[in-house]
Parts: sequence; structure tokens; C-alpha cells
Amino acid sequence: MIETPTITPPKAAIPRGAMWRGLRANPLLAVGGGVVLLIVIVAIFAPLVAPFPADAGTATHPFEVLKAPSAAHWFGTDQVGRDILSRVMVGARVSPVIAVIVLALACLVGIPLGVAAGFLGGWVDEVIMRVTDVFLAFPPLLLALALAAVLPASLTSLTIAIAAVWWPWYVRLLRGQAASVAGRPYVEACRALGISRLSIIFRHILPNSITPVLVQVSLDVGGVILTASALSFLGLGAQDPVPDWGLMVAEGQNYFTPDWWLVTFPGLAILVTAFAFNLLGDGLRDLFDPRRSFLR
Amino acid sequence: MTEHVPASTPLLQIADLAVRFGPVLAVNGVSFDIAAGPFGLGLIGESGSGKSTIGRAILRLVRYSGGSITFDGNDVAGLRGAALKSYRRDAQIVFQDPDNSLDPRMRIGATVAEVLRAHQVVPRGAVDERIAALLSETGLDPEFAHRYPHQLSGGQRQRVAISRALAVQPRLLVLDEPTSALDVRTQAHILKLIGRLRSERKLSYLLITHNFGVVSELCEQTAVLYLGKIAEIGATSVLLRAPAHPYTVALRSAVPEVAVAGRRSRIVLPGDPPDAVNPPSGCVFHPRCPLAVARCRTEVPVLRDAAPGHQVACHRAEDVLAGADMPTHRRATA
Amino acid sequence: MTGNNRAVTGRLAISDLTIRFGSRQVVAIDGLRLDHAEILGLAGESGSGKSMTTLAVLGLAHTVGANVSGSIRLDGQELTGLSQEDLRAIRGRRIAAIFQNPSTAFNPVYRVGTIMTRALALHGATKSEAADRATDAMRQVLLQPDLMRRYPSQLSGGQLQRVAIALAVALRAEVLLADEPTSALDVTVQAEVLDLLRDLRESIGMSILFISHDLAVVAELCDRVAVMRQGLIVEQGPAGQVLSAPANPYTIELLESVPKLAGTT
Repeated sequence: MIETPTITPPKAAIPRGAMWRGLRANPLLAVGGGVVLLIVIVAIFAPLVAPFPADAGTATHPFEVLKAPSAAHWFGTDQVGRDILSRVMVGARVSPVIAVIVLALACLVGIPLGVAAGFLGGWVDEVIMRVTDVFLAFPPLLLALALAAVLPASLTSLTIAIAAVWWPWYVRLLRGQAASVAGRPYVEACRALGISRLSIIFRHILPNSITPVLVQVSLDVGGVILTASALSFLGLGAQDPVPDWGLMVAEGQNYFTPDWWLVTFPGLAILVTAFAFNLLGDGLRDLFDPRRSFLR
Repeated sequence: MTEHVPASTPLLQIADLAVRFGPVLAVNGVSFDIAAGPFGLGLIGESGSGKSTIGRAILRLVRYSGGSITFDGNDVAGLRGAALKSYRRDAQIVFQDPDNSLDPRMRIGATVAEVLRAHQVVPRGAVDERIAALLSETGLDPEFAHRYPHQLSGGQRQRVAISRALAVQPRLLVLDEPTSALDVRTQAHILKLIGRLRSERKLSYLLITHNFGVVSELCEQTAVLYLGKIAEIGATSVLLRAPAHPYTVALRSAVPEVAVAGRRSRIVLPGDPPDAVNPPSGCVFHPRCPLAVARCRTEVPVLRDAAPGHQVACHRAEDVLAGADMPTHRRATA
Repeated sequence: MTGNNRAVTGRLAISDLTIRFGSRQVVAIDGLRLDHAEILGLAGESGSGKSMTTLAVLGLAHTVGANVSGSIRLDGQELTGLSQEDLRAIRGRRIAAIFQNPSTAFNPVYRVGTIMTRALALHGATKSEAADRATDAMRQVLLQPDLMRRYPSQLSGGQLQRVAIALAVALRAEVLLADEPTSALDVTVQAEVLDLLRDLRESIGMSILFISHDLAVVAELCDRVAVMRQGLIVEQGPAGQVLSAPANPYTIELLESVPKLAGTT
């Protein structure tokens, strides 16, 4: 006769010190997180570390105009003689911060709406999605422009304008994910077990739908910075002399030949930031996936 | 298995249940009772029979459009708030798919703890102890509480699902094809487990399956479903020994058996289970029935007594019981 | 155990087959033989290596990262070591395969008839030849040829599985590898598919390697059976003998696990 044996699990338990071993095993998280950390440090200490901190403000140096990169000015100087290295460093306080705030706002609005629409379905879903559709129907730049034109030109208006345009995508994204998760057997099992809907949303729907959002957020960082630069270029949002990277790129375009350094270094800063956030996003996604996690 | 005489008030009573999904009438007038434990009712059917839907309707996972489901004398559809939560402790379900019935991001212990906490089954300090006890009961080492579902095999996951369902100490368990996705030895273990739980906990259960062998071991009574209706219902041993419905006979003969000797010839049903959106007129089985006559095309057979405790919905039940010849050859095209 | 000197013959002859993932060995088969007009059952649970064996016979083991060594001979021709180009001529045409889930076996954007005629054309048939052979094959599996105009989503699981078998028949495959072909089907539909396989063995002498975890199905359908456990064949022989008087404890355990119907001993 067949007995029902007591089944013992495999020997491997979760090792101590897994965190550091894990970081080494997950290069994405390490590199991405490292660079983002670097950007944060630069942003915090920029005014103290930058060689010419005043250049990030209203200082101008008519005799140092358009100097190529040299020992004195690692990134060269711009059209009014300001040190580009200093401006890029202080700019770390501007562009990435805008991106983070915009995306935080988009998530704050988009995630609850998306989860509600996906999980509750019915008329809640209809109402939320129709409103979202209306916002999605506007060409994003146009809507942002309209908003930015109405509000006084400033970084705050810029941030609000871009956020207003960005949230609908997150509602859509979350709704799809939430609806998919809501249909899974383990969610049905929770309903059968009498677990409250709120509990289900926070403990099951959200954790299982959040991954694409993480990835999307990390991909969007670059996108937001560039949108901010477009708006700033059009005169709405960041104004000279604020060292917004996008604005620097936009203004530097006029001087690109032959003074390439006005565009290149702020451009590289945007590239590195966007890439670092990408890697960080990928790394975080892997970190939270029990299947892939190195914390085993 | 000894015949179980049901107690006077059944634990679960289903009367004329109807469930509609848009144009499809998945369940069309099903009635049966489940006695207080230990007791097992088997629900046998193929795809489109509505068997899973019935299980879900009992758990209030789908809404039903007609008929009634009564548990302990209370109408299930009318339950609200605290009464509904209490019902969730009385009736539970184990699903077919072990791979997806556990949240992949939660450890096993957390999954079971969630249920214990939601119903405050034990005081806070005793949760871990109870989790260990529940896992042991289904044959798992309590160490599994620290594992994630993907680190377990299909059979182990199914045991966890059973532990989770038992956490609320249900009196009625709906088992929806609990072993279909498992290996044969694991199937045997799980069935043995169900048998043990049945006697230890005095459980009543509704065992939904397509496998006659499974109900033979675990269910006193069995109902055979076809396209949302009961074709036949009665004591399992009677249904297997002397079925009264041609579909039961065909189904029984289609089941492969290991015992090579004495293998009876198989009745092969032509075609596939019919379209639920446009069900056939009269008896829904008539297009595939080897014994169909003119009356079957026009008149819907009613569930009636073929013998005490044995009901069948077929105009020719007497002929089937008398051993009418059913063609064993296959028709030309499907 | 190293192979013995007795050469394995037959239409499909497997000897000293080992399949490895890196250093981990998952299959080690001394000898397995499939003859003309014979149905051989390969029975075992998940992880027994039966599906890997199928992949190896098809020359597809490398796609999952496995290494194959040993001998797989089809009518005397050695398959291991053949180039992918040569294998492609054999795959589908001389060795066909059907799998567990018929609904995902077909590309949903093509009609099943198109899929069939394309496969035939790939193996050298002309357009009209392909159409004729496909139609004939559909009739042989007892499906109305006009079902060829349907998309996979418009056919039931049982019908799709029969179309898959029709494709093998149309290609005039000598060997059919059937990996749990009826596990996902209703029991009455399964009965029809099993009947069909038996008919094909009779009518066109097809050799079938039938892989299943369901011993009852194996008992009903197969002439011979090989029981696999963790990559090894623990017992093989005529189905009637192995399943009624098993010698190996694992086989005994498997047989005891099959739920018995009331009224049978």
C-alpha cells in the first residue's frame, strides 16, 4: 500500500550575507544603483564640489566664451563663458529631480486608478478608462505646452505640466496588469477564502502588477528629461540661467559646429542618467522576482 | 465502501441551479444534496458539462441566475457581511491547477497565515504553530513554510492548497479536479490524503472529476453531468455496475483500464461534446446517443427514479438497464 | 551500465543513448526498439526523461541545451551526428511528432489546411499533390476534408489532435512520436484518438512511440511497454506481461497508484 510520506524540502536554506553576494551576482542592480547613487551625491554636493559654482547661476564671463575643453574647464565653456562642468554638476539637481517628481506623481495618480479599473471592473473601469482615453487623445507635447503656457514659467509649472500628460499611460499599464492578475486562480482562491478586497489589492494585485511599472518608470526617466528640455527650449519651464540639462542641449545646438562641447556633455549626462535608471529598474525587477532572485 | 445513509438535513442542498454566461447556459436545472460528513459526492463530466461552474457557484465565485443553493438551511446567495464570512469558513475549494493557485510572490507560510489572520482562526502568537500543524497534516515538512511555490513540485503545491483550504476548518470541501494535473503516484497520494482527511475531520466534499476511478474510491454517491444537466445520479457502486443512462455507459466504457483481461468492447461516441450556445432540441445527448429514438429529439427527459436512490434522465433508461445493445463501431465521419 | 553487444534493430533503434545537461545526466537508455506496425509505450512520471528522449530522436535536444550521445537509428540510418539540414529532411517527413496540447500546436493565424499543404510542400510535394494528400489524410483520420478551411481556434482539442495525426499520415511518416497526446482531452475524445492510432497501425503499418504517464492508456493501446524512471528504463516487455505481472518494484508502485474502479479486482 502506498503511504503518504512526510515530504522534506531540499537542503538549501537562505544563506546569510546573501545581500552582498547577491549584488555581485546581479550586475544590473550594482551598476545601475551605483551610478544613480553617484548622481544623487553629485546633486547634493554640487555647489561645494563644482569648480565654478557661480556659473550655475547668473555669473557670466565674457572673456571665457566658447572655450574648448581644457585643464581649467574640463567640459569647456558655453556661449556666455560659463563652466559647463559646473553647470552639468549643478544640473543634477534639476533634470533628474524633475524626472523623479513627474514619475512619482504619475505613479501616485496612475497606479490607484489603474488597479481600481483593472480589479473592480464594471462601471468603475469604464469611467476611469474613458477619462484616461480623453487625456491620451491629446498629443502630449501640445497638452504640456498648453498647461505650461497657462501657468507662470517655472520649474514647478514644468513638472506639473509633464506629470499631467504622463499619468494616463500608467493607468493603462496598470489596468492591463491588474486585470490579468485579478483573473488568476490564486486571486480567485483568495476570494473563496474570504479575504477582503482591500487585502487582495495590496497583498496580491499590487505586488504582482508592479513589475512592468518599475521597468516603465526606469525607461521613462530619459523620456521625461527630454520632454522637459523640449518645453524649456520653447521657453516654458526652465529658464536661463537654470542649468537644466535639456535646456543646455537645446540652447547649445546653435553652437554645435564647431563648438560641440556645449551639447555633448549635458547630452551625455542625460544619457548616463537614463541608462543608469534603466539598469536600476531591471535590477529591481529581478530583485523582487522570487523566481529569479539570487536571495535563495 | 459502505453505503452511507444521508442524515435527515443535508449539509448542502442544490435545487434547480441555473448559471448563465451570456448566451451560454452552463448549468441548466441541476439538483442534488450533500449530507453532513463524512460524505462524498462525485460530479463526473467532460468539458462543457458545467461541473466546475457548479463548484464555483457553491463558493459564490460565480453568480447563479436560477435555482437555489442552501447550506445548513440558509440561502447562500442571500448571505452578507458576517454571515458571508462565516460561510467562507464552512465551505472551501481546492482548484485544479496547482501551478497557479498560490501567489508566486508569497512564501507558503505567508499564504497560509493570510487565511488564518483573515478569519482570526487562532490568536496571533499561535499562527506559526498552526501553520506547521496544517502543513504536517497534508504530509509536508513544516520547513516548507519558508519556501516559495516555484520551489515545490506540483503535488506539493496541491497539498499546500489543501492545507490552506483546511485552515478555516471547513465542513464542506469542493475539490475541482484536484489530481488531474498530477503524476500518477502523486495522484494516489493526494487521493489517500483526501480519504484520511475525510475520516479525521468528518468532511463532506464534492469531488469534481472526469475519472471514474477517483469517485469509485472516495464517493458514496455520484452524479453524471452532460451539458449542464444531470444525466444520472445515484450510489457510485450502482452507477458503475448498472448504469441507466447511455452516456454513463459510453463514458464508463471509454475509460481505459489496466486490467487487460475481460476488457469489454468500447462504445465510441461520434463527434465532440455539443455546442452550448446552440444546444440540441429535446434530449441534449440525442445526436450522439446510440439508442436515440424519435421521442428523444423532441421531448426533454426528466430526472426520474430508475430504482430507489437512483435517478436518471433518459427516455430509454429501462432498455439500458436491461442491457440494450449499443453499437461499438465507429460511424464514418465525425 | 554499458551497452551489451547485442545490436538493437528495428525500424527505430535506440542504443546506449545518454542525454546530459552539462555534467548532469538525465537519460541513459541501454536499448529501445520500435518495430514496423508496432505501438511502444514509454511510461513514466514527470522528470523520468521520456520527453527528453522524444526531443533527442527528433534531433532537437540541443535546442534546450542538452547533449546527446549514443545511437539512434531509423531503418538502419544513424541520426545522431547528422547535420541539421539532413535532420530537417527527416523530421516531419519520416519521423512525425504530436504533443500534449493540440491548441497551441498550430499557428493560430493560418488555416489548418494551409499549414498542412505548406508542410507537404516543404518536403517536396507539388501544389496539387499536397492538396490531394492532405485531403486523403483528413479522411483517414475521420475528419471532413472541409474542416481544412478552418482556423485552429475553430476546432476542438480532439479535432486538432486528429489534424496533427493527419499531417503525419499525409507526410507518410514511418514513425510517430506521440508525447502525451490525449492527456489534455476528454475521456470520450481520448477513446476516439486512441482508436485512430490503432487503426493507423493496422492500415499503414505506422510505428508509434506513445509516451504517457497514464498506465491505463498505455495498457489499452500499446503492444510493448518500457517503464522509465529518472532517465533509466527499469522494465520493458510485452504490455500484457509487464502490466499484469510486473517485475520491477517501481512498476508495481505505479500500477498500485492507478485508481481501481469498483467491480474490478
